[in-house]
Amino acid sequence: MSTAKRLVSLVCLVLVFALVAGCAQKPAEPAKPAEQAKPAEPAKPAEPAEIKIGVVAPITGDVATFGVNTHRGVELAVKQLNDKGGVLGKKVVLKVEDDKNQPTETAAAVQKLITQDKVTAIIGSVASKCTLAGAPIAQSNKVPMISPTSTNEKVTQVGEYIFRACFIDPFQGAVMAKFAYENLKVKTAACLFDVTNDYTKGLAESFKANFEKLGGKVVEYQTYNVGDQDFKPQLTKIKAQNPDVLFLSDYYNTVGLIAKQVREMGLKCILLGGDGWDSAELGKIGGTAIEGGYFSNHYSKDAKNPEAVAFLDAFKKAYNEDPDALAALAYDATMILCDAIKRAGKLDGGAIKDAMSSTKDFKAVSGSITIDPATRNPIKSAVVLKVDKGGKFAFEALVNP
Amino acid sequence: MVEFVQQLINGISLGCIYALIALGYTMVYGIVRLINFAHGDIYMVGAYIGYLTAHRIGPHFFPALIIAMAGAATLGVTIEKIAYKPLRYAPRIAALTTAIGVSIFLENAVRKFISPNFLPFPEMIKRVPFEVRGVTFSNVQIIVPLVALLLVIVLQYIVLRTKPGRAMRAVSLDKDCARLMGVNVDKIVSITFAMGSSLAAAAGVLVGIAYPRIDPYMGVMAGLKAFVSAVLGGIGIIPGAALGGLFMGLAEVMAVHFINSAFKDAVAFVILIIVLLVKPSGLLGKYVSEKV
Repeated sequence: MSTAKRLVSLVCLVLVFALVAGCAQKPAEPAKPAEQAKPAEPAKPAEPAEIKIGVVAPITGDVATFGVNTHRGVELAVKQLNDKGGVLGKKVVLKVEDDKNQPTETAAAVQKLITQDKVTAIIGSVASKCTLAGAPIAQSNKVPMISPTSTNEKVTQVGEYIFRACFIDPFQGAVMAKFAYENLKVKTAACLFDVTNDYTKGLAESFKANFEKLGGKVVEYQTYNVGDQDFKPQLTKIKAQNPDVLFLSDYYNTVGLIAKQVREMGLKCILLGGDGWDSAELGKIGGTAIEGGYFSNHYSKDAKNPEAVAFLDAFKKAYNEDPDALAALAYDATMILCDAIKRAGKLDGGAIKDAMSSTKDFKAVSGSITIDPATRNPIKSAVVLKVDKGGKFAFEALVNP
Repeated sequence: MVEFVQQLINGISLGCIYALIALGYTMVYGIVRLINFAHGDIYMVGAYIGYLTAHRIGPHFFPALIIAMAGAATLGVTIEKIAYKPLRYAPRIAALTTAIGVSIFLENAVRKFISPNFLPFPEMIKRVPFEVRGVTFSNVQIIVPLVALLLVIVLQYIVLRTKPGRAMRAVSLDKDCARLMGVNVDKIVSITFAMGSSLAAAAGVLVGIAYPRIDPYMGVMAGLKAFVSAVLGGIGIIPGAALGGLFMGLAEVMAVHFINSAFKDAVAFVILIIVLLVKPSGLLGKYVSEKV
C-alpha cells in the first residue's frame, strides 16, 4: 500500500516538475526569435525584401498525393516567377504546412502562418472540409486565401478574402449527371458517399438533383463514415435495386476500396465520380475494379492550350512525372495570386483581394479564368476522364458551363 | 430474403474481425485489469508487419500471418515489460494513461518509419467471387471467419486445457493467491500479452486481405469497436468477446438493412447502452459482488 502511495506521489512529482519545466520553457522559446528579430527591426521599415506566401496542403495522410502535387505545383510556379525577377521586384518565399487532411490541423496551420510567419497570403487547402476550417481565420485576419481545389460551394461564402481556382460542386455534379444521362444514356443511378465530408456530400447531392431533373432516377442514396473500410451492407442494398451507374464522390483511396467491393459483390454498374479520383494511386488500390469508370476533372494532360503545354513540359522536367489536376490548379492558384499582387502594387491584404476579385480572362493552365466578383468562383469548363487499363486516365469529353 | 441472407454474411465476416481484436482486450483485462488502449494499434502494427513481410518474401498468406503474429507478440510483451509492468501496483488510471501514450507512440512510429500515407495491401489470397441463389460472397469472406474460428478454438483450448491456461485463470481470479500457490505471475502476464497481441495481428492481416488498404490510424476506430464488443460480451470473458464482436458486426449491418446507413454506428452504440443498462456485466457476464 505504502509503496503504491509512494509511487503515486513520485509520478505526481515528476508530472508537476514536467509541467513547471514545460511552462518555464515555453515562454522562453518565443522570446528568442523576438530578441533576434528586434535588432533587425530598425532596418525593416523600408519594406520586406521578400513576399511570404503560406501553403497548407495534406502532404501526408489519406489524400497524400493531392498534397504532394499541390505543393509541387506551387513550387514550380514560384520558381518560374523568381527566375523572372520575382513579384514587384521581390523574391517569393514559401512557408509550407502539412494539414494531414484534418480540419483541426488546417485551422492550426492557418493560424500559425498568419501570426508566426506573417504571410501575405495563403494558398490552400485541398479538401473543402479543411479549407472551410481554415478560411474563417484568414477572413478575420484579412489575409487573402486561395484554395486551388476546394470545390464545395460554401468555401468562398466564408468571406470576401476567400477565393478558389477551381469550379464548384453544383457544376461538377451537373456535368456528371449530364454525362451519365446523355452520353452514357443510363436511366437509373445510385449514390454512396461519406456523410461526414462536405465535399463528398455536396457532390452527391448535386449529382442526385441534376440527374433527377434530367429525368433519371436515383434508386439508392447510401452513406458511410470517414475511415470505414466495409461497404458491403450498403452495396447489398444498392445491388437489390440494380442501378445502371454508381456515383462515388469520395477521394481515390476510398473509391478504390469501394470499387473492389462493388465487383466482389457482383455489381455490374458503371462507376462515376468527381475530381477526388484524380491520383495515380487510384489504380493501385482499385486494380481492375475501377477500370471503365468516368470522373469529372479540372484539367487533362492532353489539353492543347499553350499554357498547359508549357506547364506539362516544365512539370515533367522538374519532377519526372505527369502532372495531375491538383498540380495544375495549384500552379494556377499561385499565378492568379501573384498576378493580383502585381496589380495591387503593394503587400496589403485588402488591395490584393480587390485585385484578385477583378481577375479577368487570365490565361491559366486549366483554361481561361475569370473570377466572378460576387461569388469569388472562377467561371471555367470541365473535362470528363475515363479510367483505362492499368489505371491510366484518358480524355473523354469537354463540358462547358 | 436474398438481401437479408447477404447482409447476414456481411455481418458475420465483419463481426469476426471485431471478435479477434476484442479477444485480446478481454484477455488482458481478465488478467491484469488493464484496458489496453494500445491494443488497436498492435492490430495496426500487425497489419504493417504482414505488409512488409509480403513485400520481402512475396504475397504468401500463411508466412505473413505467422510472422505478423510472432512480431506482434514480441511487441506486446516488450510494451508490457517497459510500459505497464512498472505500473502494476500504481492506481489503474496511471496504467490507462500510459496505454493511451503507447497508442500514440505506435501510431507516430509507424507514420515516421514506414509511411504516413495509406498503403495498398498486397493481394495474398486471390479473390474468387461465388454466387449461390443470388447471394454473392467471395472466398475471402469464408476464409476470414474460418481463420478467426480456428484461432478462437486454439485459444479456448490453451486457456481451458493446458497448464499455462490454468495458471492464467488462477491469476485472473486472484493474483496474490496464485503467486502463493507457486504461479509465476510475471510470466503469465507476459504470455497473456503475447497471445492477445498475436490475435490482434492476425486480425490486422485478415483485415488487410479483406479491405486492402492500411494506414497508421486504422487501429483507432477498430480498437474502439472491439473494446465495445468486449464490454458488450462481458469484459474478461473469452467467449463473451467473440459473441460481442459478432453482435456488433451484425448490429451495424442490420442497421443499414432496416434503418439507414447514416445510423450504422449510432445503432451499435445504442445497443451497447441498452445492454449495459439491463445487464451491466455484459451479455455473458456474471454479477460479482464487490468485497469491502
